[in-house]
Amino acid sequence: MPDSLNSLKPALLMLALMTVLTGVAYPLLVTGVAQGLFPQQANGSQIEKDGKVVGSALIGQPFSDPGYFWGRPSATGPVPYNAGASSGSNLGPTNPALADAVRARIAVLHAADPGNTAPIPVDLVTTSASGLDPHISPAAADYQVARVARARGMDAGAVAALVARYTEDRQFGVLGEPRVNVLQLNLALDTAVKGPSPASP
Amino acid sequence: MTGHALLQPALYLLVLLLLAWPLGGYMARVFRDGPMARPPGPAWLQALEQKLYRLAGVRPEEDMAWPRYALALLAFNLLGMLAVFGLQLGQAWLPLNPEGLPGVTLDSAFNTAVSFATNTNWQGYGGETTLSHLTQMLGLTVQNFLSAASGMAVLAALMRGFTRRDSAGVGNFWVDMTRAVLYVLLPLSLVLSLALVSQGVVQNFAPHAVATLVQPSDAATQQTLAAGPAASQVAIKQLGTNGGGFFNVNAAHPLENPTPLSNFLEMLSILLIPAALCFTFGHLVGDLRQGGALLAAMTAVFVVALAACLGAEQAGNPLFERLGLATQASDLQAGGNMEGKETRFGVVDSALWATATSAASNGSVNAMHDSFTPLGGLVPMALIQLGEVIFGGVGSGLYGMVVFALVAVFIAGLMIGRTPEYLGKKIEAFEMQMAALVILIPPLAVLAGAALAVALEAGRAGLLNPGAHGFSEVLYALSSAGNNNGSAFAGLSANTPFYNLLLGVAMLLGRYGVMIPVLAIAGALAAKKRVPPSAGTLPTHTPLFVCLLIGTVLLVGALTFVPALALGPVVEHLQMLAAR
Repeated sequence: MPDSLNSLKPALLMLALMTVLTGVAYPLLVTGVAQGLFPQQANGSQIEKDGKVVGSALIGQPFSDPGYFWGRPSATGPVPYNAGASSGSNLGPTNPALADAVRARIAVLHAADPGNTAPIPVDLVTTSASGLDPHISPAAADYQVARVARARGMDAGAVAALVARYTEDRQFGVLGEPRVNVLQLNLALDTAVKGPSPASP
Repeated sequence: MTGHALLQPALYLLVLLLLAWPLGGYMARVFRDGPMARPPGPAWLQALEQKLYRLAGVRPEEDMAWPRYALALLAFNLLGMLAVFGLQLGQAWLPLNPEGLPGVTLDSAFNTAVSFATNTNWQGYGGETTLSHLTQMLGLTVQNFLSAASGMAVLAALMRGFTRRDSAGVGNFWVDMTRAVLYVLLPLSLVLSLALVSQGVVQNFAPHAVATLVQPSDAATQQTLAAGPAASQVAIKQLGTNGGGFFNVNAAHPLENPTPLSNFLEMLSILLIPAALCFTFGHLVGDLRQGGALLAAMTAVFVVALAACLGAEQAGNPLFERLGLATQASDLQAGGNMEGKETRFGVVDSALWATATSAASNGSVNAMHDSFTPLGGLVPMALIQLGEVIFGGVGSGLYGMVVFALVAVFIAGLMIGRTPEYLGKKIEAFEMQMAALVILIPPLAVLAGAALAVALEAGRAGLLNPGAHGFSEVLYALSSAGNNNGSAFAGLSANTPFYNLLLGVAMLLGRYGVMIPVLAIAGALAAKKRVPPSAGTLPTHTPLFVCLLIGTVLLVGALTFVPALALGPVVEHLQMLAAR
């Protein structure tokens, strides 16, 4: 069919040209401008401590020590908060596996803080969509303040003040939800204990 | 429900319409018909456009009849598929593969190639663990642009069907496609990608960084931080209603969608071009009210769907209350069904995104639809099954909606004995035959495909969740592929030869089984005379017609899919309420 051959040549050339334009020039241009204007963000918002990278402000980490605030449960494999392979649990709402998992997480929280009878905020026992959620709700942070303070021998008021300092409001007061960055809060806790004046943020 | 639950969606729709209005007018100038029509833009951009035509050996003044237009489009898309296919197979030997990822399997490569060329962007693979930076850029990013531009081109041809009379041609595919990329998609993507980087979306060519965990354990002492040119791809996948993420969990990944502002911008981008094209349509057919009527019908269905999804997700899972958890929304927590949702987005942003991404054929996600409540998950599934005409894909949503408008005037014509006409063109047997194909082919792919999958062991093997929810996973997958959406109930293990092939075929049917009949309609309409409106003409800009159009869309969708939906989400909802 000569007609289809007629279409094939411009199709091939156009694909090659568009590939150069949208697949090479466009991402390179964006990378160049982004690295110039926003180098910190463009490279993953890494947090450095004592000269080594200890994480990203945008990526959560696993915490299980009672002296740290714990983040959302993570469904990544083979280990939680595997930032090389993001994943949600994808468990449906009526799946018995979901009920079992949530029950087990409630038990762990209660075991770590037996005196705490407050209802647990739902986000603290449900997995995030990415498995890498850096945040918990302010309610989930408040729930953990007494445990963290006790484990660190700190004043609960000082821990609560740190939580307040790392609580972000809705962006512009409207967008998203209020949240607490768990990694940054825990790094601040470590600094507060080592530093000279732990109570003053 | 807090006031915040109303404020944010209201703000979203307001900003969307405010941005769509000027963009719609601008795109009307880009796709203006006529041999002397020059698109708006600086001289160097127009020179670049002409240079592209020269280099590719395209004669921009050539006016193509619809079969030739379709052939150019098909050849272009087919070569695009082959390129993505080849890049995936050969990525191990190609540069820009810092993780040393191996070549992709044949069936997965076929599925992904079809997926991105058909603007579906279904992802059977995990982005950060499967594809090299080179494959993402030269393969996926490129097809994100070109599949979106192909959809806009078909719409441009269809619009000429109404504006031209006694014409043999419907325009030039190469010109329409090139202009969509140069004047619309590229400039918008540049602006959006930089805005996203400012919020924390990564954009580099570095290998994955390694961080030392603050609390190391026996299981892990380090964390690999994924990297790559994400922002540039995220921008076009949102704007082009593509939806295929850079990372496995798509826009739920904090490096792909880090803040509520990035989320708002990405959500706006999902519906921006589809909404704006309604205004473009109004401008080009010379009656803004016609585009307004289509937009009104889309918006009305969208608002109802959003309220349903948001209500179901905020009401949450009764299981959580039985376990004594705090699930009330307040200023301290989002509450509701937080399984599979990110804290920074909560319930409101997750439901809003789910509604937008399924109304448009975008398919990106910022929460896991598989973990939505049964009714919360029914909403995106049903919106997809309506044929992706509630805003729909870039170009494809509006051409689908125009076909529904043809059906609506035809039904009205039958009911009241008026000659069916739309925008001055008589709607006759050929147009209705083609419209019937447009309406029947995607559901055929969905329902026959879903039946096949649940009938075969290879299909049932992929289910993650038991019971009715497992059926929902299969139904959602086929709906998503057959209507070129791309989102998933992601528990389904779809990266198997069976699903890769089945869904690949469904995507091809759902895309070209609609595009070709639409181009045929465009050709038939362009050849007709214009009939001046008479007393017997049904006005198509009135609230009455908007209702008729909504009724047609909903009726066709309901008649086709209610039995299947009853077996999946509806049964599961009853089970969830009955559980103790």
